[in-house]
Amino acid sequence: MKYALFLGCTISVREQNYEIAVREVAKKLEIEFEDIEDFSCCGFPIKSSNNKVSLMIAARNLAIAANKEGKICSLCNACTAALTEANKELTNNIEVRKKINKELAKIGKKFKPGVKIKHFSRILYEDVGLDILKKNVVKDLSMLKFSVHYGCHYLRPMELYDHFEDAENPFTVEKLLAVTGATIVDYKNKLDCCGGPIFGIEKNIARSMAKQKLENLSAANVDALITICPLCSIIYEDTQKKMEAEFSLKYNLPVLYLPQVLGLAFGIDQKNLGFHLNKTKADALLEKVKKIK
Amino acid sequence: MINSKTKTLDPKFKYEVANEINNSNIMRCFACGTCTACCPIREVDEKYNPRKIIRMVLLGMREHVLKSDFIWLCAACHTCDDRCPQNVQLTKIMTALKNIATREGNIHPFFRGQTKLVSTFGRLYDLEDFDNKKRKRLCLPPLKKNFEEVSKISKKHLPKEED
Repeated sequence: MKYALFLGCTISVREQNYEIAVREVAKKLEIEFEDIEDFSCCGFPIKSSNNKVSLMIAARNLAIAANKEGKICSLCNACTAALTEANKELTNNIEVRKKINKELAKIGKKFKPGVKIKHFSRILYEDVGLDILKKNVVKDLSMLKFSVHYGCHYLRPMELYDHFEDAENPFTVEKLLAVTGATIVDYKNKLDCCGGPIFGIEKNIARSMAKQKLENLSAANVDALITICPLCSIIYEDTQKKMEAEFSLKYNLPVLYLPQVLGLAFGIDQKNLGFHLNKTKADALLEKVKKIK
Repeated sequence: MINSKTKTLDPKFKYEVANEINNSNIMRCFACGTCTACCPIREVDEKYNPRKIIRMVLLGMREHVLKSDFIWLCAACHTCDDRCPQNVQLTKIMTALKNIATREGNIHPFFRGQTKLVSTFGRLYDLEDFDNKKRKRLCLPPLKKNFEEVSKISKKHLPKEED
């Protein structure tokens, strides 16, 4: 299994813990990655100001991928959405493709249909499969409890992702996490947006959204919140820090990436899973895992 | 209370929005309010009301909508898109409104900043030596500093600098 690895801006510069854990877990599962230095931003951040430019930037990345593996593994929900959307639009709408290709020709690139884009979590579920994941588990995490935050762009719009998951009742990430033996705890308003996309517009609204989620998670009483998107993770870590500093509100909720937890269950050395880069500390949880034979 | 006189309305505005980004199905809206009921932003702040925004577009309140703060509040979570019984794609409508507002000089400063970063550096960050040093320490491959190709295709289409 080989994929071109699409890191995006936030993971490669700010959330390397996610990247490190993904690479370690992939190695274990014999997923091969090709690093492509020429992949830029996915285009998503420009969508609000200029949809056409956003499409062009995504199309440029897709053109590069077409000349390589033709299969992209993305790690960020927003990158997955932007690339998938551009891929569909340019594949199905010949007029738009012509316009975009006219622009891309100026830099010697050309969009060709046929590239496949999948989020790492979806690759684990669909291409690797739960059975192989289970075979790699050497540490039983059954004394731990986790809750999952999917993030909007992993699930919606459903049509964009060919309905691979029912966005009103998703379960794939929970199933992936359950291979570790851990208990998965459902909680109120699990599917609500993290607020990240409007953090730069109205901080107070974004914070209220994140705070509500943290309150609901407190009631669930879990060892950690598991995410698969860098922006969601940043929001839940930063909001906790902020609440602690301003209102002495302590949630003590480590926010971890799915591959970090899978890595623990696969027996990968904790030092190699990037926990030291998490802003919410998972020391208590890691101590518990160390004691598992 | 919004005071819009009939003569200030632009009856063609809805077509302009519909043509800006295809297949938003804006004309199909029968104002049931599912979008507003399930909106996570609306839950926190009442100034964002997707049903009302669509109504305003259909009525032709062009200037009022394009100069508003509320069009920038959509988080693009797509919950309303998936739940609308008429398959109105609200995120596309909001993107269309923001794109038109940007062309008319009403871009939100946050997006002006993001747009400038991506068109200048090809990513959301102006990389410093520190960033690649950190990646090296973590045994991760280095990142490219600039993407001239991205700058070339994006710059001329992007909003002008603020005066």
